[in-house]
Amino acid sequence: MPKTPLIELRNISYTYAYNTSPVLQNLNFSVSEKQIGIIGSNGCGKTTFFQIIVGLLAPDKGELLFQGKSVKNKADLRNLRKEVGFLFQSSDDQLFSPTVIEDVAFGPLNLGFSPVEAKRIAVETLAELGLSGFEDRITHRLSGGEKKLVALATILAMKPKLLLLDEPTNNLDPRTRKCLIDILQGLNLYQIIISHDWDFLNQTNSTLYQIEHGHIHRCEEDHIHVHSHIHRAGDHPHRHD
Amino acid sequence: MDERFAQGDSLLHRRDPKAKIIAAMALVSVAAVSDSFIVATTSLVLGMTLLFLTKLPLQPVLKRLLAINSFTLFLWLTLPLTYGGSKFVAIGPLPVSIEGLHIAALITLKTNAIVLTIIALLGTSKIANLGHALETLHFPEKLCFILLFSYRYVFIIYQEYRRLVRAAQMRCFVPTTTIHTYRTFGYLFGMTLVQSWNRATRVHRAMILRGFDGHLIPLSQSRYTTKDTVFLSTMLSLTAILALLNFL
Repeated sequence: MPKTPLIELRNISYTYAYNTSPVLQNLNFSVSEKQIGIIGSNGCGKTTFFQIIVGLLAPDKGELLFQGKSVKNKADLRNLRKEVGFLFQSSDDQLFSPTVIEDVAFGPLNLGFSPVEAKRIAVETLAELGLSGFEDRITHRLSGGEKKLVALATILAMKPKLLLLDEPTNNLDPRTRKCLIDILQGLNLYQIIISHDWDFLNQTNSTLYQIEHGHIHRCEEDHIHVHSHIHRAGDHPHRHD
Repeated sequence: MDERFAQGDSLLHRRDPKAKIIAAMALVSVAAVSDSFIVATTSLVLGMTLLFLTKLPLQPVLKRLLAINSFTLFLWLTLPLTYGGSKFVAIGPLPVSIEGLHIAALITLKTNAIVLTIIALLGTSKIANLGHALETLHFPEKLCFILLFSYRYVFIIYQEYRRLVRAAQMRCFVPTTTIHTYRTFGYLFGMTLVQSWNRATRVHRAMILRGFDGHLIPLSQSRYTTKDTVFLSTMLSLTAILALLNFL
């Protein structure tokens, strides 16, 4: 574990223009564990929290630190975004190129790799995720699960150190879900996962944090224990007598 | 947009999209501005020859031609009666202008020639490749963006619209000629617009997060070969001859 955390939030407050009460208030957080699960009710500010980490939203108050240094200008943000990958809730928002290979190579090209190198990186990344042969597929014709995995590939192709996943298992079938869990378990990088899927959080050994009333706090260990027995519908048919 | 004309491996499918764009632009402009029957007929023959070279199945092409000729049909119905001029023949009680017939025939020839040329030259490339080719040819970047992104998102915007329409139908909405119907369609269009805008914002964010700074860097540098040069020179020479035919 590095001495200075990759990302640190200090006293962050954020209020949406259309809202009177702040969604995040004096929030403090630092990336200290390898896998962090974020839970919280709908609209509690989980996605806002991610958007502040990557600088898509500028906090009203507080400070965002990247590798111990305050993020102030565009160059700082660019450096931060090189190291922090953000997997959106909707893959259709993330896959904008006509073909899979172009989309995966988009990040490396922007990082300054030559087309040949970018293509090599893209092909390798797809292969690592078991998506070999997907290169020339048309992005909008992929299935929901395929889109999710390709979206993950587009981010991993930039070799980030921290991965932000916003409800990654939403609408995935059990097979793709399992596939995603295996991939995430095999990655040696920091991960913060927003999810309502307790089983998924449990399987990824995440330390749980909860966002509530604008703050974030670490959950007690047994907090996860209480819920972890929930089965996904149809996966293990059983009866509660 | 199934891009079915782009599937294939003919002489024209293999040409670089840049060469095809330039050739199509030259040929179409000459055909479009000319008012000579010789030029219009020759470009139609040229268009047919190009189509023949693509080895595309005829039926879908004819379907497209039928669609475009439903527009020229209106010209045949209106121009002879409204064009005026000095020569008329009487069909029943109606005076039909000879010049009007001429103009309708000319427009029909030119329209078909242009559509055939565009199907043969531009239809045989994928839209994505055309977009990148336009970028390489230094077309305004924003227009290329619009082409590439419309291609990617037109389906999704349509799906979003369909979803809203279905939601309305689920609540027993039946379009009639009432203010309620007009208002509902207004809401549906408006909501589609808002959702597209929101999506555009999210897509833009996704791009920024992956280091986008306003320039799309194409991945595949399509290789422009000697064959493309030969093709383009032939096409431009034919176009020049076509232009000269105007002065015969």
